Amino acid sequence: MPSEPLIRWPWVTAHLDEIGAALGQHLFLTVIAVAAGLAISAALALLAHRYRRAEAPITWLAGVVYTIPSLALFVLLIPVTGLSTLTSEIGLVGYTLLILIRNILAGLDGVPRDVLEAADAMGLTRRQRLFQVELPLALPIVMAGIRIATVTTIGLVTVTALIGQGGLGQLMLAGFINLFPTEIYVGALLSIALAVVVDAGLLLLQRALTPWARGGGGRR
Amino acid sequence: MELAGQVLAWFSDPTHWQGADGIPVRVLEHLEASGLAVFVAALLALPVGLVVGHTGRGAFLVSSVANLGRALPSFALLLMLIPIAVDVQLDFSTWPILGAMVLLAIPPMITNAYAGMRAVERELVEAARGMGMSAVQVLVGVELPLALPVLLTGVRLAAVQVVATYTLGAVAGGGGLGRYIYDGFARQDTPRMLAGAALVALLAIATDAAFGVLAHATAPRGLAQPLPGRARQPAADQAG
Repeated sequence: MPSEPLIRWPWVTAHLDEIGAALGQHLFLTVIAVAAGLAISAALALLAHRYRRAEAPITWLAGVVYTIPSLALFVLLIPVTGLSTLTSEIGLVGYTLLILIRNILAGLDGVPRDVLEAADAMGLTRRQRLFQVELPLALPIVMAGIRIATVTTIGLVTVTALIGQGGLGQLMLAGFINLFPTEIYVGALLSIALAVVVDAGLLLLQRALTPWARGGGGRR
Repeated sequence: MELAGQVLAWFSDPTHWQGADGIPVRVLEHLEASGLAVFVAALLALPVGLVVGHTGRGAFLVSSVANLGRALPSFALLLMLIPIAVDVQLDFSTWPILGAMVLLAIPPMITNAYAGMRAVERELVEAARGMGMSAVQVLVGVELPLALPVLLTGVRLAAVQVVATYTLGAVAGGGGLGRYIYDGFARQDTPRMLAGAALVALLAIATDAAFGVLAHATAPRGLAQPLPGRARQPAADQAG
């Protein structure tokens, strides 16, 4: 494919439907994975927060999953769940766990002692204290985790093209197989753009949800 | 369960341990390519991170590289580099994946080298200067050893990521353990595919563990104790 331009615009305008569908599937796979990941991580993080002894095994396990290369993890799931959306989602959810659990715990640990004592002194029950004091104060760091997990997931969705899913990754893979750079570049650039836009959107959401925490943010 | 037996049988077949497509050769290929990528990325990233961390100038550079790195998915990077490699007539089974690995390894190393240098306590640097150490001595004898654990964490993150990413190189015709996954998938040879996935997963976990051991061995002794208390003690004594 020498002298082939990286993007042939007439192809793009002729295939807007296909591109839109791939983008939609990409976003869909991402949203499901992050939502499910957040639910599981919240449960595990709260467990680790309540029972400190559970923290080490939970983060260790999430760390091992996180270390396994994405293609290997997806492939290892194929015998169990086949070439399905479920296979992709289990893998994608697996990669969000470490990031989310770490940030939820860091957020909860960052709540100052005297605030907790004040809440106790006001007669809040443990549950009230968690939902009305600790979780709102942890929110900026939790949201930072959600942003990292979402951007990571958008990147990993492209890999699921190799097991027949993949949203924009499907477009990129087709471009490689057909030796047609336009498809590769449209898919890749859109997935990067999607990550940037979604990240900015989540940042705005975070600011709106935590008007008291100006300039604050999470690490890791 | 039957499948697990097939995978074990695949592993115990002696022909899978010999020749150009044997496990030892594929593991070596995987480690060579990953090592090369980490080495090249370290040459580019660590000096920049250390200098920016030391001088405190150019911090925006570090944070923008970090953000960019997170937004660039490895698979997209690999595929985007292929048409470019074809254009400049480079072998597209080796160069694009190497390029993608180097680019991915840079952000974690640059940010951690920077963070390691920033985390060195000013008091320690001042104490070293007060003892009459030259700027170079302070840098080499005090700042670098103290920054080393965080810096190595960056190398560790990069190395694990690179080992994972090289798996994708098989898609473009590269070598390494990804070959088993990709060929197994293409030939519907499930035991081969699963064996490859297991090997890659183990290699990534082993890489992480090896760097964990290295980090432990190279950590400065003084850091094992709570640093701030010890660092402030002499200053208080002098004042009294």
